[in-house]
Amino acid sequence: MSGWRLPPSGIFGAERIDRERRILFRFDGRNHVGLAGDSLASALLANGISTVGRSFKYRRPRGIFAAGPEEPNAILQVGRGAAEEPNARATVIPLREGLLAAPVNCRPGLRIDMLAALQPLARFMPAGFYYKTFKAPGWESWEPAIRRAAGLGTLDPAPAPAGAAHRYAHCDVLVVGAGPAGLAAAEAAGAAGARVILAEQDEAAGGNLAWDDRFVDGQPSALWAERLAGRLAGRGNVTLLTRTTAFGLYDHGYVSLAERLPTDLDRGAPPATRLWGLRARRIVLACGALERPLVFQNNDLPGVMLASAVRRYLAQYKVAAGRTAVVFTATDDGYRTAFALRMAGVEVAAIVDPRPDEGPAAQRARDSGLPVFAGSVVSAARGRRAVRAVRIDALQGGRHAELACDLLAVSGGWTPSVHLFSQAGGSLDWDPAQGCFRPAGGPAGIDCAGAGNGQFGLAGAIAAGRLAGTAAAEAAGATAPSPPRRAPDPPDVLEDAEAPPAQLWLVPGANPRKSWVDLQSDVTAADIALAAGENYRSVEHLKRYTTLGMATDQGKTSNVNGLALLAAATGQAIPEVGTTRFRPPFTPVPLAAFAGPYRGDLYRPRRFLPAHAAHVAEGAAFEDFGGWQRPEAYPRGPEDVLAAAAREALAARRGAGLFDASPLGKIEVYGPDAATFLDRIYANTMSTLKPGRVRYGLMLSEHGGIFDDGVCARLAPDRFLVSATSGHAAAVAAMMDEWLQCEWVGLKVLVSDLTTAWATIAVTGPRARSILAALDSGIDLAPEAFPHMSVREGRLGGVAARVMRVSFTGDLSYEVSVPAGHGESLWLAARAAGHTVPIGVEALMILRTEKGFIHVGADTDATTQPADIGMAAAIARKPGDFVGRRSLSRPAFAAPGRLQLVGLERLDGTAPFPVGSHIVEGRDSARASAGAVTSSCFSPILDRPVALAMLRDGLARTGEEVRVFDRGAEMPARVVARCFLDPANARLHG
Amino acid sequence: MAAERGSAVQPDRRNGPRRDYSWAGLLRHGLRRRPGWRPAWRDPAPKARYRVVIVGAGGHGLATAYYLARNHGITDVAVLEKGWLGGGNTGRNTTVVRSNYLYPESARLYDLALRLYEGLGRELNFNIMLSQRGMIMTGHSRHDMDAYAHACNAMLLNGVDSELLDRDRVRAMAPLLNFGPDARYPIHGGILQRRAGIARHDAVAWGYARAADAHGIDIVQNCAVTGFDIEGGRVAAVQTGRGRIAADTVALCVAGHSSQLAGLAGFRLPIESYALQAMVSEPVKPVLDTVVLVPPTGMYLSQSDKGELVIGGGLDLYNSYGQRGNPPVRDAVLGAVVEAWPAFGRLKLMRQWGGIVDVVADSSPILGPAPVDGMVLNCGWGTGGFKAIPAGGWLTAHQIATGQPHPVAAPFGLHRFASGALIDEAAAAGIAH
Amino acid sequence: MLLIDCPWCGPRAQVEFACGGESHIARPGPPDTVGDDIWAAYLFERNNPKGIQFERWCHAHGCCQWFNVARDTVSHEIRAVYRMTDPRPPVDGTRFDEAEGSG
Repeated sequence: MSGWRLPPSGIFGAERIDRERRILFRFDGRNHVGLAGDSLASALLANGISTVGRSFKYRRPRGIFAAGPEEPNAILQVGRGAAEEPNARATVIPLREGLLAAPVNCRPGLRIDMLAALQPLARFMPAGFYYKTFKAPGWESWEPAIRRAAGLGTLDPAPAPAGAAHRYAHCDVLVVGAGPAGLAAAEAAGAAGARVILAEQDEAAGGNLAWDDRFVDGQPSALWAERLAGRLAGRGNVTLLTRTTAFGLYDHGYVSLAERLPTDLDRGAPPATRLWGLRARRIVLACGALERPLVFQNNDLPGVMLASAVRRYLAQYKVAAGRTAVVFTATDDGYRTAFALRMAGVEVAAIVDPRPDEGPAAQRARDSGLPVFAGSVVSAARGRRAVRAVRIDALQGGRHAELACDLLAVSGGWTPSVHLFSQAGGSLDWDPAQGCFRPAGGPAGIDCAGAGNGQFGLAGAIAAGRLAGTAAAEAAGATAPSPPRRAPDPPDVLEDAEAPPAQLWLVPGANPRKSWVDLQSDVTAADIALAAGENYRSVEHLKRYTTLGMATDQGKTSNVNGLALLAAATGQAIPEVGTTRFRPPFTPVPLAAFAGPYRGDLYRPRRFLPAHAAHVAEGAAFEDFGGWQRPEAYPRGPEDVLAAAAREALAARRGAGLFDASPLGKIEVYGPDAATFLDRIYANTMSTLKPGRVRYGLMLSEHGGIFDDGVCARLAPDRFLVSATSGHAAAVAAMMDEWLQCEWVGLKVLVSDLTTAWATIAVTGPRARSILAALDSGIDLAPEAFPHMSVREGRLGGVAARVMRVSFTGDLSYEVSVPAGHGESLWLAARAAGHTVPIGVEALMILRTEKGFIHVGADTDATTQPADIGMAAAIARKPGDFVGRRSLSRPAFAAPGRLQLVGLERLDGTAPFPVGSHIVEGRDSARASAGAVTSSCFSPILDRPVALAMLRDGLARTGEEVRVFDRGAEMPARVVARCFLDPANARLHG
Repeated sequence: MAAERGSAVQPDRRNGPRRDYSWAGLLRHGLRRRPGWRPAWRDPAPKARYRVVIVGAGGHGLATAYYLARNHGITDVAVLEKGWLGGGNTGRNTTVVRSNYLYPESARLYDLALRLYEGLGRELNFNIMLSQRGMIMTGHSRHDMDAYAHACNAMLLNGVDSELLDRDRVRAMAPLLNFGPDARYPIHGGILQRRAGIARHDAVAWGYARAADAHGIDIVQNCAVTGFDIEGGRVAAVQTGRGRIAADTVALCVAGHSSQLAGLAGFRLPIESYALQAMVSEPVKPVLDTVVLVPPTGMYLSQSDKGELVIGGGLDLYNSYGQRGNPPVRDAVLGAVVEAWPAFGRLKLMRQWGGIVDVVADSSPILGPAPVDGMVLNCGWGTGGFKAIPAGGWLTAHQIATGQPHPVAAPFGLHRFASGALIDEAAAAGIAH
Repeated sequence: MLLIDCPWCGPRAQVEFACGGESHIARPGPPDTVGDDIWAAYLFERNNPKGIQFERWCHAHGCCQWFNVARDTVSHEIRAVYRMTDPRPPVDGTRFDEAEGSG
C-alpha cells in the first residue's frame, strides 16, 4: 500500500485538516509530517505507511483497517513516561506535535520479528491449543515466556496524570450519536421543549453525512449536518458533546460517558478523559452501524481496509490509502467507495460483487466505466508484507482473474451498534434481509433510530430520528415552548435505491486456516470450525475457546461473521446461535478517568480532630483510625512510637495524662420512651440509672455477638448520652435508628449522633482532679459531690461543657466535652492548667490493657458473646427482651470450647508477646490453636509484659501454664486474671 | 484424614479422562487437512432416570459429577444445566485460588481444594493454567500487621503456608504499588500465601466436563429445572424443560439461584443473592506477578496470562439477579486501583460484568443434606466459590455416595444456623470473601 | 445506579441510600417462647425472590428515614415506594425479563 495526500479541492466531505499547519511526529523510530486535524492513522496513511503492527498470536504484519474506534489492528504504543498511552487506537488519536508512536508485538522491529518464526507452526497452534499442552512439568514453567509474548503495549511505571473531575448532569432526552438519525432526534426533541444532550464520540457531529457524497435539502450532506449542528448548539436547551462516548447504559436511565478533552496540538501530553454520569428521562440511541469485513484468504494483509474507512480517509483527511484499488463489496455502499476513489484519482481496478444480479449500484458503476465483476469474489489477497494483488473467482466457477492492486476495500454488510441497547437488557432480532441483528423488545424509556436500528436508508434514518426525538420529548414530559415552535419540515433527501447486501460468511475457495475472522485475536475461520467440532457450540463457548471478540475491540467488526460461521458449522440458523452478551464499556476508557483527580487525600477524605493543630505543635505522630487522624504518640527526640507510649503511660500513672478522645461516640437518645428503648438496645439495664449517673453497657447484634460497649449517662429522666467506641459511632446510631423506625415504631424516641459536635479531652491520673479544678468549670469536683460513674454539666471558658467521671485507665479520670469549635482552646487550657503529659492512642492501650479493659474489635470479634468476657451473670439477671438475647440461648453459645478473654503472663522473659501470637495445644502435627493474644504490651509501671488473650474455655483455666506460638517459636505463659494493676480499684479515686 | 487427601484415591485410568491432549496430538492433528479432535463432551438427550441428578453444570456441579465417578464409581449421573456449561459464576469470576483462612474448619476445606487444584491439570489432561504466583494482602498500619500476625499464625497452625512481609518485601514483589509519600493508605507490609494464585476459570469447567463425560456421565445443557416431584418427603424426580427425570439423589449446585430451586422444592435457605462485578483492563506486557488485595478499599487484582488486569471489589449492596455491573461500585473499585497503582491509570477498562453470588451470613458455604430427603446442597460460596470447586465437588460427591457428610464438610451443614455454630470468617478477620 | 424516590426528599441517586434487605420479617418473641428453628428462620432464612422483592431502604445520606420499596431484583425496576408501617402493596409480578448472558 502506498497512501498519499490528495491535492486541495477535488472531493466531497467535511475536511478536517489544516494544510497550513504541519505537525511533526515519530513512528517506529522515524520522523514524519502530518497536518493539524489528522488522526494518527490518517497521518500514517498520508505518509505511505502500510504496516503498523504485528498480530497478537501469529505475528503477522497488520495495517490500518478502519477509521473509527472499531479499529482492530492499529493498536500502538503512544507517548512516553507519564504521557504514555498503551494500546492507543491510531484511528482516534488526534495528531499532536512531537507525538511518539511505536508498533507493538514486534521485536526487534516491524520488518523482522523474532516470534514471526512461529508463523509456519500456526497449524499446530490452533484455537485453544494451550488447553491441550503446557501441563508438564507445570504451567508455571511455561508461563513467564507466554506472558511476555502475550499482552499488547507496555506500561511505563510513571504515575498516570490525574483524570479530569467527574461531571454529573440530568436531561430530559439523551441522544447518543450525532449522525443523521441522532441530529434529527435532537432537533425534534429540542423543538418540543425538552432539555437535550446529544453525545457524539467523533470529533464533530455528522456521522456518515460528513464523509458521504450525498445531498440533503439541496446541500452537500456534510454542510447540511454542520449547519444543523450549529443551529442545535445555539439553542439553549440542546447541548452537543463531541468526543464523548456513551459507553455504558445502566439502571433507571443512568448513562456513563467518557469525554476526551480537546487536544493541545502543541503539547506532547495526551488529552485527559472526563467521566460523566448522566441521568436521562428518555434515551434515543442513534449509534449507527459498523461495517463488516469479508472473510477470505489473507484478508488480514496490510492494504485490506473497510470500504467505508477508505471513503472517510478520502473525505475527511484527504488521504488516499493506495494508488490502485480493488473494491470487494457485498453491499451497495461499497460502490460509493469506488466512486470516491475514482473521484480522488485512484485507479479502481475492479469492483467485485458476489451478488449475481446486477443491482442499481452496479449499473451506475458500469455506466460510468468502472469494471464490475458481478457474481464474483476475491478468494485470496496476495502479498507477503502487504497486498500486491487479488485473485478473483466467479462464484459459478470458470472465470477467474488475478489483478494487481495496493488497496483492497471490503464491505461485507452492516452491523447496527446495538451495544448500549443490549447492555440495558434489550433483546435483538435477526433481520434476514439485511443480515444483521437489530433491536427488538427493550426496556422502557429507550428508543433506537437510524442505522443503529437497522434503518439504513438516509431518508428513513432522518425520519426515524425525528419521530423518536419527538416521542422521547413527549414521554419525558417536556413542555412545548411558547409560542410553540413548529417542527421543521422533513428534509429533502436525494436517495438512490439500494439492493440488499449479499450474506457471504466465508468466501468459497479460501483456505480457512488463512482466513481471518477476528484480526486482533488472530482467530481464523478454521478455528471456529475446530471449536464447533470439539463441541464448543454455544456462542459463549466459542468466544471463550477461540477468544473471538475478546480483544480490545471486543469484536466490533468480527462478531457477526463469527456467529454466522458457527451457525454454518453446527447446522443452526444464525438467530439460534444468538449473540454473546454486550458489556460496558462500548470502547475502552482509561482507568484514570474513573479515578478522576480524587487521589491521595482526596481519595478518601481524612478526618481531623478539632485540636489537630495543637497536636501537631506537640509533635504528635499521627495514625489513621477509622478515617480519624489521631495522635498515636508524642515522640520526643529519638523516641519511637512504642518508647514514647511507654513514657506517656508511666507519666499518666504518676501525674496526669491528657488524651484527645473526641472521636468517642456521643449519641443522644431522648424522649418519653428513651429508657425503655435503651433497655432493649443494651444487654444490661439502663432504665434503673439515676439522672446524673453513668453505667457501663454492652450492645449485642441480633446474632448475639458483642456489637459495641461503652458508658451510658442519664442526663435527665428522658435524656441519655450513649458513648460508642471511637470510629463506631455512626454504626451504633444507625443501628438504633433502624430498630426504632423499622421494629419498635411506637416508641417515642429520637436518636441523634452528636459525635462530631463535641470535642472531648480525657484527663487521667492521680492529679486529674487538680487539673480539672484549674479549668474552673464551676462543677463541684469533691469526690462525694461528683462520684465515679457520674456526669455533670457546667461551663468552661464561657461555653457549655459536659464532664463525665469515668475511667478507661483505672485511674481517676474525667472526660470533658465542649462544642467542637472550642476543642483546641480546651486542649490548650488543660495543658496550661498544670503539669500534664499528652498521651496518644498507644499509651491509652497500655493503660487499659494493664487494667484488663476490653477493646471491642481488638479483643473481641463479632462471635464473642458477653459470657466470653465474664459478663454472663449481669445479663442473666435482666428481665425482658433485648437485641440478641434469644441468640444467646442457642446450643453453640453454651457449648464447651468457646474462646474467652483471659490475662496472660509471660514466664520466660520481659518482651511482650507479639499481638497475634497463638496459644497452642498438642505437639508436632497435632499442634493446634487454642486461642490468640489479642492485646499485649510492656507495662512500664509494672515493669513487665502484660497481655490479654482469647483462650478456649479460658475463664476456667486461671493459673494454667500454656504455650504461646509465634511463627515457629514457642514461649511459656500462665493464664491469669485480666486485671494486672490495682484489682481493688483504689486508683479510681485519685 | 489421610484417606481424604487428593492423591490417595487413584483415578480409574481405563474409564477416566482421556489422555489425548498433548504436543503429539497437536502435531498429529495439525498435519491433517482438518483436525479431527473428538468433541470435548457429548450432547446427550436426558434419560428418564438416573441414580444421581446434579442441577447446575458450573464448576461445583461438574466436579461433583467427576468425583462421583472417580472416587465412588458412580456414573449413572446427569448434570442438568439451564444454559451453557460453565456459564455461571465459574465463567465470570476473577479466578483467584487461595486457602488463607483463619478457622481450622475453613482451612481444611479450602486447602483440600487447593491441593486438588495442584494436580488437576495433569489429572484431567486439560491445562487449567494454575499459576501459583502468590497472593499478598497489604497492611497499612501496625494494627493491620498485628491482625496479619494473628492470621499468619492461624494458617501455619492449620498447615497452610503463610508469610508476613515487611514493606521492602511487598515492594520487591509488587514494585508498581504506591509507595509514594502521597498514598492515602501507606503500605507497612503485608501477608503472603505463596501457594495462592490464579487459574483459567473456563478450563476448570471444561476439564471437569470432559472428564465426567469420558466416564459416561450425561451433561445436558439447555435443560432448565422447573420443579421437583417430592413423594413422602423424599425427592423422586426433577421436572425439566426436556421432561421428567427420575433420580435417587438430587444435588443442587446452582450458586446464586439456590433460593429459586429451594423454593421449587418447598424450603427456604439462609441465602441472599447479590451482584458481584468484575472488570478487566486492556492487555499489556507483564506488570504484576502476584495477586494483590488492598483491604481498606476491598479492591483486588491480578494480571491474566493474556496481560489483562482482572479486577474485583465489593458487592452491590442490594439483592440482585441482574448479571451486570453498577457504576458506583465500578468507580469505587477503579478509583482504588489507581490509588494503589498510580501507573495503572493509563490502562483502559475493557469490560465490566456481573455474576450472582449466594451470600450466607457467616460467609461460609452450605454443604450437606437439604430439608428434603434425597436432596443434597452445595451452595453459599458467596464471592469465593471458584477457589473451592475441587473440594466442593469432592465433598458433595462423598455426601451423595455415602449419605453421610465428609468430615471436612460436616461443620458446614444447614444445622449450624439453628445451633449458632457459625464459621464466621468475615466476622473474625479482615480477609475479604 | 438506581434512582430511588424517597418519600420525604424525592428522587435521589442510589449512593445516598443504604439497603436493609427484605422487609416485613416479623421478630419472634418473647425469647423464652421461641424455638431455635424459628429463631434461625427469622435471623437467616430469606425469600430471596427472583422478581419483586419487598425490601427496606434508608436515606442514609439524606433524611435518615427508613421506608419500603417493591423492586424487581432482575430488572431493578422500582414498582412501589411505601412507608415502613404500610402492608405490602399489590404489585403485579409481570416484568421485563432480561436475557441471561455471559461474563
